[in-house]
Amino acid sequence: MSTEAREAPQAPEDSQRGTLHSGRGRFADPVFKWIVAVCGTTVLIILALMVIRTTSEAWPVFAKEGFFGFLLGESWNPGGSRTEITGTYGAWPFIYGTMITSVIAIAIALPLSVMVAVYLTHLAPRRLAKPLSYTVELLAAVPSVIFGLWGLHWFLPNVLRPFFDGLEAVLGWFFLFEGPVRGVGYLPAGIVLGIMILPIMTAIIREVVAVQPVEQQMAAYALGSTRWEVITKVILPASFSGIVAAAMLGLGRALGETIAVLMLIGGSQSWGASLFGTGSSMASHIAATFGESSPESRIALMAIGVALFLVTMIVNILARVIVWRLGQITGDAAV
Amino acid sequence: MRNGRSKLAVLAAIPLLAAACSSGGDGTNDAGDGSNGGGGDLSASLTGAGASFPDPLFQDWIYTYSNDVQPGVSINYQSVGSGAGVEQFLEQTVDFGSSEEPLSDEDLAAAAEARGCKAVQFPVVFGAVVIALSNPDLDGLVLDAETIAAIYDREITTFDDPAIAELNPDMDLPDDEIVPVHRSDGSGTTYVFSHYLSTEVESWADKYGEGKELDWADGLVGGQQNDGVAQGITQNPGGLGYVNQSFAQEADLAVAHIVNEDGNPIEPTLDATIAASEEAEIPENFQFSIDNIGGEGYPIAGSNWIFTYTCGYDQANADAIIDFWTWALTDESARELAGELGYAPLGEGLTDRVVAELEKTNSENGGDAGAEEGEE
Repeated sequence: MSTEAREAPQAPEDSQRGTLHSGRGRFADPVFKWIVAVCGTTVLIILALMVIRTTSEAWPVFAKEGFFGFLLGESWNPGGSRTEITGTYGAWPFIYGTMITSVIAIAIALPLSVMVAVYLTHLAPRRLAKPLSYTVELLAAVPSVIFGLWGLHWFLPNVLRPFFDGLEAVLGWFFLFEGPVRGVGYLPAGIVLGIMILPIMTAIIREVVAVQPVEQQMAAYALGSTRWEVITKVILPASFSGIVAAAMLGLGRALGETIAVLMLIGGSQSWGASLFGTGSSMASHIAATFGESSPESRIALMAIGVALFLVTMIVNILARVIVWRLGQITGDAAV
Repeated sequence: MRNGRSKLAVLAAIPLLAAACSSGGDGTNDAGDGSNGGGGDLSASLTGAGASFPDPLFQDWIYTYSNDVQPGVSINYQSVGSGAGVEQFLEQTVDFGSSEEPLSDEDLAAAAEARGCKAVQFPVVFGAVVIALSNPDLDGLVLDAETIAAIYDREITTFDDPAIAELNPDMDLPDDEIVPVHRSDGSGTTYVFSHYLSTEVESWADKYGEGKELDWADGLVGGQQNDGVAQGITQNPGGLGYVNQSFAQEADLAVAHIVNEDGNPIEPTLDATIAASEEAEIPENFQFSIDNIGGEGYPIAGSNWIFTYTCGYDQANADAIIDFWTWALTDESARELAGELGYAPLGEGLTDRVVAELEKTNSENGGDAGAEEGEE
């Protein structure tokens, strides 16, 4: 897959190296190797420190609610104590909120980003492709708080609200689109998240699609394939692992996105199946209540942090498994 | 490529130019302040942290004070939230803390233990929480604690409910569904609102209680900060929510009149908030809340407390703390500033008491501090 390092060329034998370089050069390789090694392990150390610290801080809450009691509990009612755990802490509404908004975001961004990437690399006239690519990348540079502000003040009342009202009128009988429509909720948060993760996914998929060997495509054309067949049967299957990698990166951002979700999800501590319902995501709930939290509920917020880390890890592992399984079935060397 | 590079150079020059301009501007400002400042002879740098509800006022006070009154004093107030404000005060990382709830006896004991001397707390400003409405025709709708509690409990779901009609015999009430909006972030505004309902309505106290965040009923809309609540209100025809009076004033929202203890429907105005603060009984230790307000007082009101210690400051910092808050509480321009922003300054009698309390700051810094505090 494209994001993984290709096999590095073998370094020359030590004996040869000594004769080629003298003086400082002799130390350059080992020193560089050590610096890079330290940089590489720093990531691991920071991650480990964060996991250990948050887990140990959150321990009292896990001890009281039980691990699964905390993850699956549906009631969140923080107490105000300084020394003990007096409230009820169940993180399920927030876990559900995080997952449902991320799923909506991926459902919107994945097909869109694949189509944009294919258009940019294979279909768009050269004059148009360049500026379009830049525009997509520019979208990636917009801070998330701007997405939130724009979403809440313009996009939601002017575009999404009429669309939601129509959707509810037509599909209101279906549990996912059950009314009432209030404006803010899971769906607008998910849609804006989808727009936010679109550029990064498009950028990666575009790179992957662009490096697919031209010879194969030429061969397919020579066999009489149409452009549609070349794209769907040659280019996209070969890009599969790259597309999954892009989706993973997008999903990672969607799971952890805070401020835009906070502004659009209509933060409440309950949950419901309807996409028009209001709720809260894990990250947005932490951000919303951290400032005014009691010492006790801060411990519980730490526990949500641990849960968020777990969910992200599980999603990542699941995605790896999917790629691996599909790779086996299709006989593609995807992983 | 060449073209691109020259563009970059132009871009790079812009911040330089801006910096040059702004530094020039600062220079002239400083000179102006020096001549205006007059009697300012204090020199200190203070840090405070806490509630976000009075933040606009505090920032204005600080700006005016350090520009016009004491140019040598710089104050940095961080509106990190009441909870964090109390924490930072107890951890002694700030010179003063601020919160929308008074410190409890437990907190005071923790503070005394950590610092080795007592903490003082005093209210500095009052503020009201108003019920804002989406429909401008409903401006002046009369509500009481029971109907508000029933609306937020989803028992009353339309404006033409008999309970509301009884309070508003002359108003033509629409049959719109009421969409109650609440703060989704932990907030002192939620605390003041839920404290009012808990005090007035027994069933509310049992079911929801009071706090900076609540486990709200299903079917409500949450909004991030005052602005999020305002959006939730205005984007729904039947929107109804609670926001700070200062915010409602700025945003020009339709507001409900609330029936107080004496049965008078009160419009949320600055005068009504001041009347409420004068109605409230305030004990010697300043641990109070504004409950059971009658007369002309608006019933949903809260206060903001400042915390300091009685020892452990540099004398210069202690002088600056006392001088700044005395100025904020007593100076006519500071009190006017509060009014303009929708906050109610303290009444006459209370101000004297608060100033006396505030002057205890750092008062035990001498040799007698240890004698008075047995713990040491």
